Amino acid sequence: MASYSIPQLRSHLFYVLMAAAGAIVLAAMFAVHSMEVQGHIITGMNNQIVWGMPHVFAIFLIIAASGVLNVSSIGSVFNKPAYKVRAPLAGLLSIAMLAGGLTVLMLDLGRPDRIIVAATNFNPTSVFAWNIVLYSGMFAAVTVYLWTLMEQRMYEWSKPAAFVVFIWRFVLTTGTGVIFSFLVARQAYGTAILPPLFIVISFAWGLAVFHVVQAAIYEWNGKLLDEYVQKRMRNLMGVFVIASLYFVATYHLTNLYFARQTEFESFILVEGGIYPQLFWIGYVLLGNVLPLLLIYLPALDRFKRIPVASLLIILGGFCLLYVFIIGGQAFPLDIFPGYSVSSSFADGEIGTYQPSLPEILLGLGGVGVAFLISAIGIRVLDFVPRELPKK
Amino acid sequence: MSDINLQRRNFLKTAAGAAMVTVAPGMLLFDVAHGNPQSVGKVRWGMLIDTAACVPGCNDCVTACNKENGLSGGTSATDPQWIRKIEIKDISSGREVSLPMMCQHCEHPPCVDVCPTGASFKRMDGIVLVDKHLCIGCRYCMMACPYKARSFVHEPLSDQNPDVPRGKGTVESCTMCVHRIDQGGQPACAEACANKVILFGDLNDPDSEIAKKVRSVVSTQIRADLKLNPGVRYQGL
Repeated sequence: MASYSIPQLRSHLFYVLMAAAGAIVLAAMFAVHSMEVQGHIITGMNNQIVWGMPHVFAIFLIIAASGVLNVSSIGSVFNKPAYKVRAPLAGLLSIAMLAGGLTVLMLDLGRPDRIIVAATNFNPTSVFAWNIVLYSGMFAAVTVYLWTLMEQRMYEWSKPAAFVVFIWRFVLTTGTGVIFSFLVARQAYGTAILPPLFIVISFAWGLAVFHVVQAAIYEWNGKLLDEYVQKRMRNLMGVFVIASLYFVATYHLTNLYFARQTEFESFILVEGGIYPQLFWIGYVLLGNVLPLLLIYLPALDRFKRIPVASLLIILGGFCLLYVFIIGGQAFPLDIFPGYSVSSSFADGEIGTYQPSLPEILLGLGGVGVAFLISAIGIRVLDFVPRELPKK
Repeated sequence: MSDINLQRRNFLKTAAGAAMVTVAPGMLLFDVAHGNPQSVGKVRWGMLIDTAACVPGCNDCVTACNKENGLSGGTSATDPQWIRKIEIKDISSGREVSLPMMCQHCEHPPCVDVCPTGASFKRMDGIVLVDKHLCIGCRYCMMACPYKARSFVHEPLSDQNPDVPRGKGTVESCTMCVHRIDQGGQPACAEACANKVILFGDLNDPDSEIAKKVRSVVSTQIRADLKLNPGVRYQGL
């Protein structure tokens, strides 16, 4: 053991991490195979909770994939040098998370073997169909953008490419929010605030993911993050977290004002068991209040406060999506307003949902795919941010 | 020179004749298969459900539907139910009503709007269906339906009815027994109801029984506020 040097140990650790992520992806593939053979009966999803844990993972990854590009936009579109040197890493993370999220979304389909049907039959009134175009276009746009950043001769094109990515990701996150906005009859959805809400939470979650990865890279390479850069990026994340909390609060407050929505709100915020707990403890307390304290209280400086705050923001994100997606479906449709309702099809009842191992594995597999793409990319290509010399 | 021209003319005549002989029966069959679009467009199949005559606890329509379409009849959260009986109670007055609920075959169906592949579609006669070959099982239509009318096939299937193809991993719902309607029949639920609660017919034909009744009695569409114009109407709500 004594003959091992630190770089050798790191090299071994790298392969251990790769193997661990690979094992998770393999487990996810096994879960998908089981779902293919036995059907969705082995998941916790049913005819009321039709989207479950895989969608929580997929939508988190897709939203964060869009938000992490803020780093690129601030660098290349708004010309901030501290962000520009980080733009390639942000681009890589975006592609990695988009790939992970789409893998989950695709493999959760009832007929994943028919994915070619989705590519060849396009219903122009479906925002889902539009999102297929938006997601594939995003891959292309970010790839071209990375090329302009990493190939010297193309560098002059990096600004227009960044601008295309900037516009594209706004449209993409809008599209993701609109998936829920267009659901006319569901109390939790069907509101125009969702696309801007998704955009703002994407900023916070994307930057949180970036902070975690950046901290890991600097730690791994024994480098120290410049204090000025740290402060700027920390404050920016604080602003994004406050803004996302504002949008979530507005969404619930407007609902509370409408008499027809108060029953739903009391379910999500007070009486709904796991959902209010995840909302208040998971999202508000752990995902917002604590990170904001870590970001803005200098007394907490001795902790690794930014990576910790970022991890908490990510945790809060998962909690919010669980409440939003699964809690939103658990609340029964109001098919007969003014009537109490009962039937063999659980009309008028709170939907039950117990996430099963295969669907959790599928979700984790998406994170595994994102991790593998990022880690291999960072190791093989030049994605580590290099600070520009100070003037 | 003139010989060659004649030969060419004859060849063209023969070729055109052969083409007509080849294509014409195909065209004829195509017309038969697709019906006459103009007459089909005029038909709007619908139902009028008399809730006053519907007996609480009676499940005959549900049983008939399950048998006709090869459904298991199970009522767990993952079992498909194309039609179900709902007992509703007015919260303020306490009045109770029992009624059958199924796909409402909307004129503006949200399931068709949101379906990414066009698997959810509306026929010209107003029946909303799922093309089992195009459905990728994304379940967005289930999220969009205001009536919880759709089910997802969670398990492998066996012993299917050849007239009603189904598939694991796809979404399905009431077809209004389209296979019966296309042969001049009635939906199984309407036929099975001893009290004649479900009146089926062409809403667009002013002389049809359903059209006459819709004109003469008060009937409502469920969630009419959504302006989806369902083809299923309820009387006595």
